Amino acid sequence: MSNQAVSGKPAPAVSAPRRRRAPLAWLGRAFLILLGLYVLYIIFSNLIKNPSLFANIFISGLQLGFVYAMIALGYTMVYGIVRLINFAHGDVFMVGAFVSYYAVARFRLHQWPAAVFPGFPPALSTLLGSMTVILLSMLVCLLLAVTIERVAYKPLRDAPRIAALITAIGVSFFLEYFGALNFVFSPRFIPYERPFGVVAWFISNGIHLVVPGEEPPADSVTFSNILLLIIAASILVQLALQFLVRRTKIGMAMRAASFDKPTARLMGIKVDRVISFTFAIGAAFAGLGGVLYAIAYSSIWSQLGILPGLKAFVAAVLGGIGSIPGALVGALIMGQAEALTMGYISTPMRDAVAFTILIVVLLVRPTGLFGEPEKEKA
Amino acid sequence: MQIGFLVISIVKIAAILAYLYGLMWVLGKKEWWLKALGLFAGFGVIQMALSLKFGGGDNPFQIFNSFDQGLLFQACTIAMCSLGLNLIYGFNGQFSLAQWGFYGIGAYCAADITFRWFNGDARGLIAVGVGTLLGGLALILINRALKRLRGIPVLSAFTLYLLASVAAAVAAVFAGRLLNPLLAPLLGSQAEPGPLNSAAVRQIVFFFSVVFAGIFSAEVSFLFGLPVLQLGSDYFGIATLGFSIVINTLMVNSDTILPFPEMKGGRGMIGIPKLTTWFWAFFFMMAVIIIMRNLIRSTTGRAIVSVREDETAAKAMGIDVAGSKILAFVVGSFFAGIGGAVYAHYIGFLSPGTFSFLAGFNPLIIVVFGGLGSMTGTIAASFGWIFFLEGLLRVLLGQLGTEAPTWRFVLYPLTLLLLMLIRPQGLLGSVEWGFLKGDRRKAGEPAVKS
Repeated sequence: MSNQAVSGKPAPAVSAPRRRRAPLAWLGRAFLILLGLYVLYIIFSNLIKNPSLFANIFISGLQLGFVYAMIALGYTMVYGIVRLINFAHGDVFMVGAFVSYYAVARFRLHQWPAAVFPGFPPALSTLLGSMTVILLSMLVCLLLAVTIERVAYKPLRDAPRIAALITAIGVSFFLEYFGALNFVFSPRFIPYERPFGVVAWFISNGIHLVVPGEEPPADSVTFSNILLLIIAASILVQLALQFLVRRTKIGMAMRAASFDKPTARLMGIKVDRVISFTFAIGAAFAGLGGVLYAIAYSSIWSQLGILPGLKAFVAAVLGGIGSIPGALVGALIMGQAEALTMGYISTPMRDAVAFTILIVVLLVRPTGLFGEPEKEKA
Repeated sequence: MQIGFLVISIVKIAAILAYLYGLMWVLGKKEWWLKALGLFAGFGVIQMALSLKFGGGDNPFQIFNSFDQGLLFQACTIAMCSLGLNLIYGFNGQFSLAQWGFYGIGAYCAADITFRWFNGDARGLIAVGVGTLLGGLALILINRALKRLRGIPVLSAFTLYLLASVAAAVAAVFAGRLLNPLLAPLLGSQAEPGPLNSAAVRQIVFFFSVVFAGIFSAEVSFLFGLPVLQLGSDYFGIATLGFSIVINTLMVNSDTILPFPEMKGGRGMIGIPKLTTWFWAFFFMMAVIIIMRNLIRSTTGRAIVSVREDETAAKAMGIDVAGSKILAFVVGSFFAGIGGAVYAHYIGFLSPGTFSFLAGFNPLIIVVFGGLGSMTGTIAASFGWIFFLEGLLRVLLGQLGTEAPTWRFVLYPLTLLLLMLIRPQGLLGSVEWGFLKGDRRKAGEPAVKS
């Protein structure tokens, strides 16, 4: 230590211990530890008290978490590249749910193979039809998001970031209230007609089918085909996106643009096109999430997207913005936090818990769980 | 009828704006007696317009009828709220969506104090008064003590402040329980008001309820802002949005999660005494304007503005960036709390729907319209906004069909969008007028160019 000091070239590793340690740091840590212990106490005491109820709550949290993961992908990619909280993303999610509602309830699109070719096997017809509905929703959301990006965000690319944030809020409001007009969607809650039936199973000495009209036994854990569908779709989307970002040319361009936009432009990357592509991909996933959310909770309205959108953003921040596995992990944490709060504390407080988690995590790790340390930007 | 109504409404809007500009011009004069005269005249003119009745009969002509009076009070309250937001966002550059939450906190807090007082229960005033004063004292003392310890982590400081606030709250509740039996006989009941429920005492209680509501909002904003202001602009925005949502959730569940049965949760709090008169609305609005103007044109205010311009440069100049941010945030929330308290006593009915986070964009739109960092613009935009949108458009659109309210919400964001695309710095930019421009001669240097 003395050698370094004498030579007048203080190396950072040596000068660090000489700095006075932050006073009272233990107090904040103690506060966090107490908070964590309290949460653990709640979780474990309930787990021991009623394991099957806990498992059911855990499953509902899992379902919520995987839906959030699909929305969070769009947030995390867009924020990673243009540093914009795309508030309208939640409303794109809502539009996806409504497109599928109209496709199913008005146009019976989920049964088109059977309608076009009489004698088509009904199971296959439902499968093909549902796929069509989902793809249609994704396509509409994709077009909507690209339009929004062109109209509202692109002209403001060089303006202060807050200006774009306000336009994002404006677009979000516009979609919500335009959707609330009677001739568009409607201001009411609409019961959603599922394109396929719900099949549920319960686990109690093996897996059994739940017979409609009969209650499963008290100590059993139930799950449905919707849960399996959501988990499968969400994981598929994650893998597809990982492949897209890591292995393809456009993914490389996305990574380059998020790293350094001017340099990427100099290297011949069409940054504007990459940004549009990012918006489009994120919106397609949000559309998929919207359809699955509507199928799972079977009630939709024009402000459906606000809270899931916000929580998905919180999940993206939690996992580390710009990180795709981070979005999944953050979303799963958010889903569990919400389900456990609903189950064991009180239903209205679930939003409070989401934002409390955000604040605590950002204070302890400002870049989120999986985030890379932020570069100092001029 | 239609044309006549339209013309009269436009004349009213123009007259109000001209009156405000005139008032600001008079306040900009050097002589103190001119200022006092201007304030008195400014109060008197509107008071006469409100109370003079021309012609007898059942339907006498008034310059400002009761509908306009309501618009006027609403404009004053929203002006206080928006001025607070302009201090936070326009002058200090922190994009906050929590302003409407603090407005709601102030409204509920003040309404609870006067509602209980009128029903023979002094605990509201005592508990909130003791709590806010003790809590404020504790926060200031801890702040003093912590200033000596450099580099204390935010979380530790927050823990200390939180403990102090909880202790103050507990002390306040006990003080309320102890002192209430002494005062209760003097208060009487709703049917037979006691000596402490006379008209004059009620006015004093109203004044204190508004002030305590403001301080309460400020303390909540301090506790919330301390950790959250560290997060940086975007995350701060989303956290404040979350705060608004949480506050609204608590309002909906104020009789189940929170122990306030008189707030009646989602059904809305009824029976709040309507104590707001033009005198109080004018008094509190002018107080907010003068405090804010003097703050911004002071050394502290320049520090606040410099943080907006360039945080790194401000830090290099030795400005306490974190302290400036939190000061602006707390003072802005204080204004919002006062505005909310005045609003609650005008409207007499508080519903959580009024304070939903969607409505929380109103102050933001007003601030952006009026120009970020322009007090003149914010005041004008608040009055114009209320008189134009709530008065004129609501009546006109109401005749078009039942969907009109939704259409209003379709048009707001479109306007906001267009404004942001065409003029990102707001309609008036940072133009100031009269009194608000600041005294250029005093310091021998140009006023803050914002």
